[in-house]
Amino acid sequence: MALTARIQKRYGDFLLDVDFTAEDGAALALLGASGCGKSATLKCVAGIDRPDRGRIALDGRVLFDSAAGVNLPPQQRRVGFLFQSYALFPHMTVERNVAVCLGRMDKRRRRERTAELLALLHLEDQADLYPRQLSGGQQQRAALARILAAKPGVLLLDEPFSALDGFLKWQLEQELREVLERFPGPAVWVSHDRGEVYRNCSRVCVLEDGKSAPAASMAELMANPGTVAAARLSGCKNFAPVRPGPAPGLVEVPAWGLVLRAPWREGAAAVGLRADRIRPEEAGAVNAFPCQILRVTEDVSSVFAALRPEAASPGAPPLWMELAKDAWAALPDRERLWAAVRPEDLMLLK
Amino acid sequence: MDWFPLYNSIRIAAVSTVLVFFLGVFAAQAIARAPRLVKGVLDVVLTLPLVLPPTVVGWLLLLVLGPRRPLGGWFLETFGLRLAMTWQSGVFAAVAVSFPLMYRTARGAFESFDQTLAQAGRTLGLSNFYIFWRVQMPVCRQGILAGTVLAFARALGEYGATSMLAGYTPGRTATVSTTVYQLWRTGQDALAFRWVLVNLGISAAVLLAVNLLERKEGRSWP
Repeated sequence: MALTARIQKRYGDFLLDVDFTAEDGAALALLGASGCGKSATLKCVAGIDRPDRGRIALDGRVLFDSAAGVNLPPQQRRVGFLFQSYALFPHMTVERNVAVCLGRMDKRRRRERTAELLALLHLEDQADLYPRQLSGGQQQRAALARILAAKPGVLLLDEPFSALDGFLKWQLEQELREVLERFPGPAVWVSHDRGEVYRNCSRVCVLEDGKSAPAASMAELMANPGTVAAARLSGCKNFAPVRPGPAPGLVEVPAWGLVLRAPWREGAAAVGLRADRIRPEEAGAVNAFPCQILRVTEDVSSVFAALRPEAASPGAPPLWMELAKDAWAALPDRERLWAAVRPEDLMLLK
Repeated sequence: MDWFPLYNSIRIAAVSTVLVFFLGVFAAQAIARAPRLVKGVLDVVLTLPLVLPPTVVGWLLLLVLGPRRPLGGWFLETFGLRLAMTWQSGVFAAVAVSFPLMYRTARGAFESFDQTLAQAGRTLGLSNFYIFWRVQMPVCRQGILAGTVLAFARALGEYGATSMLAGYTPGRTATVSTTVYQLWRTGQDALAFRWVLVNLGISAAVLLAVNLLERKEGRSWP
């Protein structure tokens, strides 16, 4: 089973142009900064918004096809949509929220099925409560129970944890993954958080300014993001313009005054250097350069140091290096050091 | 004391409130989601009876429903029914003047209704009919209830348009408000005063009912 979507829609100056396929198994992530069209994409798939052009199909069933004039109403799409606000009906109890979405069935069957779903999501004790009396986590589970009641062919999760943080988020994530693992169809998980995506999704499709990049595995995205936007979403902190070096096998980063050993890539315009791939090195090692340490930011489990390569041009952005705390403590000099990056860790980007 | 005016007033207000409830709710639903320009124009047209003097509304209604006017004449010829100077005319007058109250309060309630609830309902396979009557209406019930009560109260007290369209015929079209005027005009102050007391009683009862209703609602849905 799979969900395929290839759609375009214009919202004023903004053009949404996405193309992705979500398959069974772990979720496909739509990763993008806020305002890049992630939620709009889900709304088009669910039939809440109508794309200008394109085709959406679920398990070979056409939900929308502008060329063939097909546009199924949301009721016939069987698309489960987990809203950011959960959208539970406030005037109905949890039990009733679930029961009304079961479709036609006799009373006894309806009661049984509702009880089954509430048990599946550990909501037996909350059956008679109203949504406002539930915690955020319980609300999310109630919304999931209701979605499962409607027997969807695909799950769409719109930033499921945007309103939460810390321990609660961690706990809910585990619960949501449990639901996803049992769900037989594909799922699309919209997020701006690479950690969340890394933990929960097998493949990721980066959205930038409404345009989707081809889906890749999370490992591929980390190793070779392709564009600056994708690299930024994957957590890279250092970017600078790049050009071919004076000899083959060398690339030059004028802003930082660096000439580094790495294979050139046609069409590259920028280099991305992950902070955790920049290491203290012996003077004279491959791709090593002397730096000043401008300032230091301590994080929970690591230390970020802002470096200024000695040959950097004025106004160049600092080069962030992330070190484990013990590695930082072991540094002999906290003001100057030689840093290096391995040739394979230079990400040449468009 | 002849109680007919009270019976007639309540009958007119009840029938017109039922009509206005549905008309107002449907107009509000249609216009809450209309494009801005359409919304602006229709809003003015539909709210007009609220700001026009009721006598002007009555005059306009007579222009359409009078026995020698297009609609009134056609009804008289086809069904033998008079649309003016009957108790039903009082209903038309009450509908015209109380409609804007229902429409505006319902529209306000619908505009603040969280559309994601409707969107969620649609993706869950619920029919648009179900979503409207079983989700949107209950969620907006406070505004709807307020509009209904206002419309009922307005219909109950309606004088200007009623006096023009239904007139004052004792035992046929007389309402509490037209009776009070008639009694005062003919110098029967004592009787007029009794009707005023009746009027005060009804108004107090309506307000009391609303308060009780709201308190009960507050308990059932946290």
